[in-house]
Amino acid sequence: MDLTFNERETAFRDELRGWLAENPPAPEPREGGEGTHFSWRRDWQRRLYDGGWAAPSWPAEYGGRGATLTESAIYFEELGRARVPMAANVLGLLLGGPTLMVWGTDEQKQRHLAPILSAEEIWCQGFSEPDAGSDLAALKTRAVKDGDEWVVTGQKVWTSGAQYSKWCMLVARTDSEAAKHKGLTYFLMDMEQDAVQVRPLRQITGEAEFNELFIEEARIPDANVLGGVGNGWKVALTTLMNERAGLGFALQVRLRQLLDDVLAVAAEKGLFQDALYADALAELHVRCESIRLLAWKGLTDVEKYGQPGPEGSLVKWLWSDTNQRLTQLAVDVIGPRALTAGESWSYELLRARGNTIEGGTTEVLKNIVAERVLGLPRLKVAT
Amino acid sequence: MDFGLTDDQREIQRTARELLGVRAKPERVREHAESARMDAELWRELCELGWPGIAISDEYGGGGLGLIELSILCEELGRSLAPVPFLSSVMAASVIEHGSTPEQRERWLPGLASGETIGALGAATDGAAELVIGGADAQLIVLVEDDGSARVISADEAEVSPLASIDPTRSAARVELDPNRPGGSGETLPEGCAGLGHALVAVSSELVGVCERALGMTVDYVKERKQFGVPVGSFQAVSHRCAQMLLETEQARATTAFAAWTADADPERLAEAAAMAKAAASDAGREVTASAIQAHGGIGFTWEADVHWLYKRAQLDAALLGAGKRHRARLAEILAQRLDRIAAAPSG
Repeated sequence: MDLTFNERETAFRDELRGWLAENPPAPEPREGGEGTHFSWRRDWQRRLYDGGWAAPSWPAEYGGRGATLTESAIYFEELGRARVPMAANVLGLLLGGPTLMVWGTDEQKQRHLAPILSAEEIWCQGFSEPDAGSDLAALKTRAVKDGDEWVVTGQKVWTSGAQYSKWCMLVARTDSEAAKHKGLTYFLMDMEQDAVQVRPLRQITGEAEFNELFIEEARIPDANVLGGVGNGWKVALTTLMNERAGLGFALQVRLRQLLDDVLAVAAEKGLFQDALYADALAELHVRCESIRLLAWKGLTDVEKYGQPGPEGSLVKWLWSDTNQRLTQLAVDVIGPRALTAGESWSYELLRARGNTIEGGTTEVLKNIVAERVLGLPRLKVAT
Repeated sequence: MDFGLTDDQREIQRTARELLGVRAKPERVREHAESARMDAELWRELCELGWPGIAISDEYGGGGLGLIELSILCEELGRSLAPVPFLSSVMAASVIEHGSTPEQRERWLPGLASGETIGALGAATDGAAELVIGGADAQLIVLVEDDGSARVISADEAEVSPLASIDPTRSAARVELDPNRPGGSGETLPEGCAGLGHALVAVSSELVGVCERALGMTVDYVKERKQFGVPVGSFQAVSHRCAQMLLETEQARATTAFAAWTADADPERLAEAAAMAKAAASDAGREVTASAIQAHGGIGFTWEADVHWLYKRAQLDAALLGAGKRHRARLAEILAQRLDRIAAAPSG
């Protein structure tokens, strides 16, 4: 057992820290609305790209550094620690690119990977639908062959960044006769066509990270099928698996920073002398450290032994629950000021409600743990 | 980074599990629990194998291995509930090894390492410890106080009143110093509770083993037990309960493994890590074993089923040296001190 980084990993971390110190992002724009904010993230990605740091986990041949899983995790931890914005094309970097590398043809990789890295072409994800959330395979968006094109009609929801995107990772039904999971195809849809309407989806925090897509006979050339017709579910699983992996480390560091902020305020206010606060704060500390340990254990187990343990689903579940508890306790520690509009604590409190829903609801995660980790039987439902 | 065990450690774990799987079967544990006797034969066998001394320096006849190895044995013993005074003895030995003078170590550790001397550790207030696990079987008793002081007394010089706790797989006793007797105050350890972190990791490890066993037993049961035509484990209320049990067990496991690692690799963090481990493991022990009873339905509440022994062991181990609240309070102190140091540091 060795919970330290080796020389190569330490060198990687130090190199990145050094680069981040020398190349900070521009100050966060306070005015100008969402478009200005997105441009800021795009500029930041360009800076990462210029420094060779946009996607270290990508193979060198595609513009990455061939970073190991551990190095990749270090990368996300350090970005989190430096409190830099998320790269504008995070979905392309973390989901689209890796999915293309597994399922794409050489032409598709040639065409798409470089503009993902440079943020020239932004990617979004068209998976969930109003009637297909946890039950994703029930999706209804339909794609029909017409010559050497596909004609797509349907609706997608929770599509973040759609308003800035050039490409959409779209999963649609191409065979209604086939079983639910088998009649799906994964497409790369060009967002720049009138047939695709983007409507912002305002969330409880007030702004719209996400959108609805209304697709009315959009056209997708056959060359933009990814992974073969009818193979959409498998390709989608590749995308979903990547979703959990990378971001988790940045989120876990962010949680630690929020906790450290709360601890600092609590100390200033003498709340450590109050047994109830001391207990609640210490509990959050234990959870935070547990999340970090479990995340690293999960990753290093895969790296060393090839076999994932139970940690994957456990970490997301524990992180989301802990973030909700932390942001709630922050209201008590900081006081009613934390509930004023424009106060970052009020944003964190509200935004945290989404954590137990997005990327796999806690209910679904518990099912996954129960069925796949503990081997418990599943109650038969409509398939 | 690697959370895995070395080959040698894996071997220790494998042979321990095998041995206890044969020598501490549920029926045998029950037999000893119901007659409130330790399994003296098994204890002798473990002594011959060098278990009690595994983490004691070889200078005193111990195995000279580390806290990780000790932690592995504690976990296996928790998993099997073997009715032997192992935990209390190794906890006593930890405090003695790290808190004594060289002369005291020479006197006490060889016996503890060989198992000839059975030790026990209890939390005392003003020289009186209400419930010392293993207190009735021990020859050497370590009493630790809230102020961080520690005293060692031999059982025949103290006031030892055996009592029955809810966990009959181990003996218990009320132990009191008696300053009016010669030797009745015991001996102070100059470094006090310096070995407390090690002791906390040992009991936390046992709790992890107990949780694992409770979870395993529960999963097996809910797969088999049918109601309404299906295994009850297919109902989400039940399966989600099991998922929650796993989450708690894994938190306990991760924090305990980290604490065991810090003992040799990062000793400055041991105090904090041991507090986290004891807090997480105590909470997990209580919750997971209670949940196990619940998931077993009616039979979980019977004397005849094996679930209650796990609950009772978890209760005793959780309370030993303080459960979650006590250690979170300690953690809060550590965090507050850290913040004070940051605030006091010159800026720039």
